[in-house]
Amino acid sequence: MKRVYLGEFEEIVLLAVAVMEGQAYGVAITHEILHETGRDVRLNQVHSALQRLEEKGMVKSEMGEPTAERGGRRKRLFSVTTFGQRTLHEIQEVRASFWNRLANPLKLSV
Amino acid sequence: MKPPRLADRFLQFFCAPHLLEEVQGDLHEEFDYQVKRIGLRRARWLYWWEVMGFMKLRYVKRKPSIYPTTYLYSPTMLQNYFKIAFRNLLKHKGYSFINIFGLATGMAVAILSGLWVWDELSFNQYHQNYARIAQVMIRETDEGNVGYSNSVQYPLATELKTNYQNNFKHIVTSSNSGDYILTAGESKFLRKGQFMEAKAPEMLSLKMIYGSWAGLNDPHSILISASTAQALFGDTDPLNQVMKINNKLDVTVTGVYEDLPLNSVFNDINFFAPFDLWVSDNEWVRESANNWHNHFLKVYVEIQPTTDFERVSKTIKDAELKNIGDLKDKVAENPQVFLHPMHNWHLYPFKNGAVNPEPTQMVWLIGIIGAFVLLLACINFVNLSTARSEKRAKEVGIRKAIGSVQGQLISQFFSESFLVVLLSFFLAFFLLLFTLTWFNDLSAKAISIPWTNAYFWLFCLLFIFVTGLLAGSYPSFYLSSFQPIKVLKGINVVNRFAFTPRKVLVVFQFTISVTLIISTIVVYRQVQFAKNRPVGYTREGLLMLAMKSDAFSGKHEILRTELKNTGAVSEISASMGRMTQVSSNNDGLEWKGKKPEQDKSFSTITVSHEHGKTVGWQFVKGRDFSRKYATDSSGIVINEAAMKYMGLQNPLGETISWKFRENTAYFQVIGIIKDMVMESPYEPVKPAIFYIKPINGKPNWLNVKINSSVSISQALPKIEAVFKKIVPTVPFDYQFVDEEYNAKFKAEERIGKLATFFAVLAIFISCLGLFGLASFVAEQRTKEIGIRKVLGASVTNLWQLLSKDFVVLVIISCFIAVPIAYYFMNKWLQKYIYRTEISWWIFVVTAILAVSITLLTVSFQALKAALINPVKSLKSE
Repeated sequence: MKRVYLGEFEEIVLLAVAVMEGQAYGVAITHEILHETGRDVRLNQVHSALQRLEEKGMVKSEMGEPTAERGGRRKRLFSVTTFGQRTLHEIQEVRASFWNRLANPLKLSV
Repeated sequence: MKPPRLADRFLQFFCAPHLLEEVQGDLHEEFDYQVKRIGLRRARWLYWWEVMGFMKLRYVKRKPSIYPTTYLYSPTMLQNYFKIAFRNLLKHKGYSFINIFGLATGMAVAILSGLWVWDELSFNQYHQNYARIAQVMIRETDEGNVGYSNSVQYPLATELKTNYQNNFKHIVTSSNSGDYILTAGESKFLRKGQFMEAKAPEMLSLKMIYGSWAGLNDPHSILISASTAQALFGDTDPLNQVMKINNKLDVTVTGVYEDLPLNSVFNDINFFAPFDLWVSDNEWVRESANNWHNHFLKVYVEIQPTTDFERVSKTIKDAELKNIGDLKDKVAENPQVFLHPMHNWHLYPFKNGAVNPEPTQMVWLIGIIGAFVLLLACINFVNLSTARSEKRAKEVGIRKAIGSVQGQLISQFFSESFLVVLLSFFLAFFLLLFTLTWFNDLSAKAISIPWTNAYFWLFCLLFIFVTGLLAGSYPSFYLSSFQPIKVLKGINVVNRFAFTPRKVLVVFQFTISVTLIISTIVVYRQVQFAKNRPVGYTREGLLMLAMKSDAFSGKHEILRTELKNTGAVSEISASMGRMTQVSSNNDGLEWKGKKPEQDKSFSTITVSHEHGKTVGWQFVKGRDFSRKYATDSSGIVINEAAMKYMGLQNPLGETISWKFRENTAYFQVIGIIKDMVMESPYEPVKPAIFYIKPINGKPNWLNVKINSSVSISQALPKIEAVFKKIVPTVPFDYQFVDEEYNAKFKAEERIGKLATFFAVLAIFISCLGLFGLASFVAEQRTKEIGIRKVLGASVTNLWQLLSKDFVVLVIISCFIAVPIAYYFMNKWLQKYIYRTEISWWIFVVTAILAVSITLLTVSFQALKAALINPVKSLKSE
């Protein structure tokens, strides 16, 4: 089947969205990524990744509730679509099959 | 604990609205979080940083509208626009005429001035090596006064050739240009020519009709212009024909070149002959070969393609200084040699120790006036279009109601104005074709329409485009902004303030027109003022001839007797230089009581005994030269300026000594004459002395006074016959002193004529616009006028009512124009020492003129409206 390619950062964002189960939005995802990977990401990067994912059909979004710290503005909540889930699985499988074929599991050169 | 307001504002400005809520929300939430984590100050910085991160196309791009886009450029609609435009033009023939004709006039003027400017800028470009040709000049400082000279010394030319040759492709030494008699067989003509070294034709890329560029290699050759060849040899092949220069030098024609165009500095040079031939003919030139004091040569160079003028100028700057070590007076002047590039010759000439700004100012002036006249025409267009807006308002309303967006209407009105501009352009081109010869006469140019020049057409396209934009923008935005509800309901869309810009435009138009009229009057007054200046001698019936050839020597007496015997001549005299030019100025004069600081140079003119009688100079004191007194050979006649400068109370009989070169001569003053204006009529007359002794050269011009009882046409053949008899080898080429004197006013008269031309056009275009506007206002107020008439208003009342507004506008423009015109014309007059005053009546006359023209223009419409039978104007509806 034709593959939709995901960039590394897009994959991370997609995973974050998947993990956060319907509570995923810009700032929260940024913090999650910072927490998990230690990467210092800027909001605009996350936003554009989310936009691209939505264009590719991996995530869908709806407007959530307004909160006080947002100055009464609503957040856009993202969730992974079926297509997005399948893509994540495929990525995982491809990686697993490569790892399995590896005769000598790599040693970490420390 | 709010995020920075400015950053927020900025975000709101650039971020697309449909993304703003989530982005800003996230930013604020993050800010809130960061304040707790790292403190307010750093959080604010971070906020800015994050906001900047969103400055990406992705976030800036607005969401496309969900409605289908309308095509601004659908061919059907465009067709429709043009159809409507044509119908509108045909329906309102009067307005269309005013619009198109006015715009065409403006465009024609703009193109004309554009061509004029182009001609000025492309001066000398006929020569292919234009970009690399220069003239060698010297800059000298004499007691703080900087002087530039394009005449250089013979040894400098030699020095450049010996030590600096590798900078140049060609170094061409040349004589000054001068008039020479060319004789071939029986035909003889006086022609300007220059003696130049052999590489000149190649450097100047003369277009050879016969012969080649190598023509000047032969020391007894001559290259002549096509017109000279035609005059001398008719249709026979001029090549290898034998001819004479000044009845002395035998030369063979080795080439004929195409006449040089009017916009080349060498335009008036009708022959080139070898430099060495000139040197061999003039002993003093050979003697000057090592003289660093004598500046008399022109040196033209073409630099190597690998270098530039600045670099070469730097290299050669001490070419003179290095060689004049023992000449203290020259060293003190610190002579700096430099190159004056050909592209600067015409527009940046040197005058009185600085670059003369006049040529460039003239280019700017003509360019600006052309642009202004065009602007006036565009203003007409704008004014008339907006004035007619009410007529088009319903159309706009209906178009909008059935779905036009403003963009479409804008493009509609733009296409309309482009149509008008296009029509005007064609008309302008016709006008141009008819006026070009006349304009060339006026401006002394040979401008032609460059049909084959792609840039010209490109420029025309650009010109149409710019004019279309200029004329079309305001009407199209204004008309397309009407609200359909209002216009369809019939509410008067044209509010009170809609008139304001129109009034401003009318004022602007008339300000320009009035300024131009005032300028024209001042220019004419100045010329008239200088013309009326007493000149101190009689110009009428006075002929002058250059004694170019040795054939004249020793013939003066016999010429005089023979000429007087004809009865057509009352007196003749010889003089140094012509009556309309002082060719000799010297210092070294001493008199009793001379102060050391009196070092001004005097005009020093050798004359024959009868000079005074011939030119009719007028005595204040003393007497004229006379043959009766042998002592008159050391007599001297001085002018009033000289008397005043010398400060002599009773100069008659005083002795004046004059050291010229090594010799000192002593003179007795025998007479004092009134100042004779021989040079610029705008400047004071210099102190002058006249004497018989040929101290600084022999008289070289002949003055012939025609008997006042004989008509000039009868006298001329008789005079010519005598000349043919006595000096048969010289062509009878004479000039009238009064004509030559009048030529001094040419430049100013030209400015005057150009100013009149522009002023008339400006006022014409402004009046066209006013006429249209007045007729429109009259039409709009038809009903009002009808009612007023019914209620008893007289025609005079109504005429006043309709004319008043416009007259007020014109008066306002007069008030604005007066100081502007005064400022500029005062500045212009400053350059003349002998000048007229700008008197107040000029402004009054101009104002009266402007108001009466306005009244004439407006009254036609006003009276027409006032005379309509009210029954007719009120019966509709």
